[in-house]
Amino acid sequence: MSKTTIVPFGPQHPVLPEPIHLDLELDDERVVQALPSIGYVHRGLELLAERHNFIEMAQVAERICGICSFIHSQGYCQGIEQLLGLKVPPRAAYLRTMWAEMSRIQSHLLWLGLSADAFGFESLFQHSWRIREMLVDMIEETTGGRVIFGTCKVGGIRKDVDAETLQRIGGKIREMESAFNEISHIFSIDRTVKQRTVGIGVLTAEDAHALGAVGPVLRASGHARDLRQLGYAAYGELDWEPIVETAGDCYARCIVRLREISQSIDLIKQCIDRMPSGEIEVTFKGKRPQGETMIRLEQPRGEVCYYMCANGGKNLERFRVRTPTFANIAPLVHMLKGCELADVPVILLTIDPCVSCNER
Amino acid sequence: MSWFSISALVTRSALNRPATRLYPIEKRTPYPKTRGHIAFKITDCTFCTLCAVKCPTGAIVVGKTDNTWAIDHGRCILCGNCVESCRESCISLRQQSWHSMQEQEVIRYR
Ligand code: SF4
Ligand code: SF4
Repeated sequence: MSKTTIVPFGPQHPVLPEPIHLDLELDDERVVQALPSIGYVHRGLELLAERHNFIEMAQVAERICGICSFIHSQGYCQGIEQLLGLKVPPRAAYLRTMWAEMSRIQSHLLWLGLSADAFGFESLFQHSWRIREMLVDMIEETTGGRVIFGTCKVGGIRKDVDAETLQRIGGKIREMESAFNEISHIFSIDRTVKQRTVGIGVLTAEDAHALGAVGPVLRASGHARDLRQLGYAAYGELDWEPIVETAGDCYARCIVRLREISQSIDLIKQCIDRMPSGEIEVTFKGKRPQGETMIRLEQPRGEVCYYMCANGGKNLERFRVRTPTFANIAPLVHMLKGCELADVPVILLTIDPCVSCNER
Repeated sequence: MSWFSISALVTRSALNRPATRLYPIEKRTPYPKTRGHIAFKITDCTFCTLCAVKCPTGAIVVGKTDNTWAIDHGRCILCGNCVESCRESCISLRQQSWHSMQEQEVIRYR
């Protein structure tokens, strides 16, 4: 066997602002093995839950991640609501769904831009982010924040969105859709994109299942598994199907995300059209959470799990988060085996790593 | 021609107005809901400390004995808990963002 070299990749790497470190064992230019290590940005958010009032913690939970922020607070609130035996009013459930889908679109557009940047397609990167900006403006218009929505609370949502604003958002989302369709077309046919992604980092359906891949990585390998199928919030009442591709390579993962953006746009339109009227929150004065629960939600990056344990006090006894990036690291290490060194950034990006939220 | 698929888009954006603003000369107008900064009116405050208790970051310090109210804008995460909890409506959320800070800024009211 020839001699191998170890090349460190990250935690500071130009392609990825996320602090993940990989020790790449190379035989010439080919990766023999990759050893990941994380732990550079641990913030102790789980411990904070044991010290903060369970109502205020919704705001802290939202700050686990700066991209899927809303879905984290939604998951936290759903868990507490389950412990308290609350059912959120339909209007709150629809608005939560709408914001969760906005969060998904902005995350996927951000990813598309970053991946275009990773394979050296600067203009596509800028156009993806130009379109993302349209959506971030819609988020600000409905919630007041651009990154942190701050609208989810235990028992419902904090601020209603009036019918006029919803109509306006409906119009803007159509505008955004036509702009998005243009870049979506470029992503799916452009030769530069295809050369860097087709047949690279293939994950077979069996491997994806065995290694526990989640989210777009799993669906790009042919598994129709999307946690929104559980029907939480308003997903049970909307018309949609999980997006599946079968090739399992970087290109398939890119296409899954492109198609998911179109689907999310459609889901937002459905939410606006079917928005029920009525209350936006239920009160639970004086009630304290008791018992334990496990909540699973579909984030832009895949399945997120929350474990909560409470003993009737005003703080939770234990709060545990397993983010999708953690589940996707094992498939990543598998995909990196045998690839070219130049393809490592592209493969790494196609799992859409969010190391900071992974470390909480 | 898949090599040139982006050329139409690039040509169009080269001829159009830029998508970005010429900041700081041109400022964007915030939306009515935008959470910019916390404003405080001391006249009605009863110094009940409710806002300070509800603040998740400990940005508000209320002096019950000496009738002072202070906010650290660097710690405030604009969650709006204090606005919702104040019974006297002394605290409000304003749309304009707080200016950028180079050091800790605690604004004291008395
Ligand atoms: S809750 Fe209102 S009245 Fe009470 S201390 Fe805070 S600002 Fe003053
Ligand atoms: S907005 Fe939130 S963080 Fe800021 S002072 Fe009020 S309660 Fe504290």
